[in-house]
Amino acid sequence: MKLALRELVRKPGRFVTATVILTLIAVLLMFLGGLLDGLLRLSTGAIRAQSGDAIVYSESSQSSFLRSRIEPADRAAIESADGVDDVGGLGVVLLGARVPGNGPRDLANVAVWGYELPPDGVPEPPAPGEAYADELLRADGVELGQELLIGPARTPITVVGWVTDTAYNGSGGLWADLDTWRQVLSENRPDAVLADGVVQALVVSGPGDPADVVAAVDAANDGTYALTVDDAIAAIPGVEEQSGTFNQILGVTVVIALVVIALFFALLTVERTALYGVLKAIGARSRTIFGGLVVQATAVTLVASVIAGVLVVALDLLIPPGSIPLYVSVGRIVLSVVLLLIAAVIGSAFSLRRVLRVDPASALGN
Amino acid sequence: MSQPALQMSDVRKVYSMADNEVVALDHATLTVGSDEIIALVGPSGSGKTTLCSIAGGILSATEGSVVVGGEEIGDYGDKELTTFRQNKVGFVFQSVNLVPFLNARENLLVVDELGRREGKPARDRADRLLDELGLADRAKNLPSQLSGGQKQRVAIGRALMNEPELVLFDEPTSALDTELGQQVMELIRSEMKSRGTAAIVVTHDERITSYCDRTVHITDGVLDAG
Ligand SMILES: Nc1ncnc2c1ncn2[C@@H]1O[C@H](COP(=O)(O)OP(=O)(O)OP(=O)(O)O)[C@@H](O)[C@H]1O
Ligand SMILES: [Mg+2]
Repeated sequence: MKLALRELVRKPGRFVTATVILTLIAVLLMFLGGLLDGLLRLSTGAIRAQSGDAIVYSESSQSSFLRSRIEPADRAAIESADGVDDVGGLGVVLLGARVPGNGPRDLANVAVWGYELPPDGVPEPPAPGEAYADELLRADGVELGQELLIGPARTPITVVGWVTDTAYNGSGGLWADLDTWRQVLSENRPDAVLADGVVQALVVSGPGDPADVVAAVDAANDGTYALTVDDAIAAIPGVEEQSGTFNQILGVTVVIALVVIALFFALLTVERTALYGVLKAIGARSRTIFGGLVVQATAVTLVASVIAGVLVVALDLLIPPGSIPLYVSVGRIVLSVVLLLIAAVIGSAFSLRRVLRVDPASALGN
Repeated sequence: MSQPALQMSDVRKVYSMADNEVVALDHATLTVGSDEIIALVGPSGSGKTTLCSIAGGILSATEGSVVVGGEEIGDYGDKELTTFRQNKVGFVFQSVNLVPFLNARENLLVVDELGRREGKPARDRADRLLDELGLADRAKNLPSQLSGGQKQRVAIGRALMNEPELVLFDEPTSALDTELGQQVMELIRSEMKSRGTAAIVVTHDERITSYCDRTVHITDGVLDAG
């Protein structure tokens, strides 16, 4: 191992090519991962923030809030069910908002929510006509105390505070009480008017774990069904498809890293056959030699990962907020590094057979 | 006297290839005393390297018994042979095979790092060897910064690092000119004799044999102590 590290330090030149290629691959991996995280954040924030255990939709809704209708009778049945503690109404409508100071066509995409049980990081519902705005809307020029005019009917809503990571379907959230939401809905979407007491969905919490709450709700009422919050996130249109596609690309990227490492160290091993023969003749075990190879692959990958991590963080700072949905997190970078390190170990393992086959007798060549 | 450094009895080595077999050693019997230096002389292809490889635990004999420093290695597997090489023998190869990215001192210490891992005693031994070999001021030089004779001396130091019972020199002077070759042989003799270590020195050059205690001839894999 000492030998392997010394070679890295003394002959860095032979590892530069591999390091550069792996750095590019690592940047790609972290950047694409950050993009996926950013996209998911933008489409799932509002549901992820829900503090309840389950979300209840009406039977024919296909888990879409806009198609879902929960009548007061359904709510009453669920509220009185065993295994249910709190029940809150939930509704949303996606509209364009006019922001004071912006041009008449420069609308901000907003998701106006009506809620009763406060999601994580959101206070109790504000007074009628008021809303907490997602930080995302700052990029659209929204400021505290402003009156936004929502939708074609220009329903006024005053911003009274900020909340974070509550976006939905790419739109920043405006969190209001149920009546304000119902008013925005009926003024701007006459086709979707809901009577008083009717909501799109229910947020339910209970004493058991989420699966138990779902079971309790489903047992208590016909005409509705419940999903755990995690399932509700996955049910958001496009989320599974996005994750699936991106994860495939990320997987291919890791495989490419593995192949690069495997090829590079296979070539290096071939180059070093004579040296390995001498080392074996003077008492080196194959295990020691192979261990050195793995150490080198890991070190090269680690250096590439650190450079890539710095580059991606710098990129994140350079990109103006709101332009592309890049979300760089420590978790994503660590995950990428771990995947690359696994690829490094597996990749270098392809040279194991070659190391084992080196014959110490080759050192005594005539 | 103490037990011999090497006792080979009736050793046979056959290289099997796809369509034929080469008998590289045939009924080779050889005893090397505990501090004896033996010259092994013979034409090219006569089996000198093969004999050294078997005595040094790099190759296994096809038949016969090989005892080095009292240890029978005839039926050792790869792992046992590796441990044996770490502890009992030293090699100086035909072509100088130093690790190119390690300096002279580190080339000696690598033996300890790969083998017994003694640490401080090994470092002291390396410094003493470099001093004896006249390389004290070259300790920090990479092989590429050393002359042929200096590299050969580093290789000798490396072979002595594990305090072996037996050192095998495969044509140690073939890459050096006559005068340098004789200097290196003188050094080999004094290093061996001061330690009481046995050695086999393979050579084509009859002049070299005068630095050895005894000469053994080999022809077509057959030894002849004449
Ligand atoms: N790995 C091998 N496979 C097959 N035959 C071999 C192998 N190594 C050596 N031989 C054969 O064994 C015989 C002895 O070889 P060896 O290398 O011991 O000779 P040598 O005396 O060291 O020769 P030189 O003076 O040229 O170094 C030769 O005929 C050689 O061709
Ligand atoms: Mg030879």
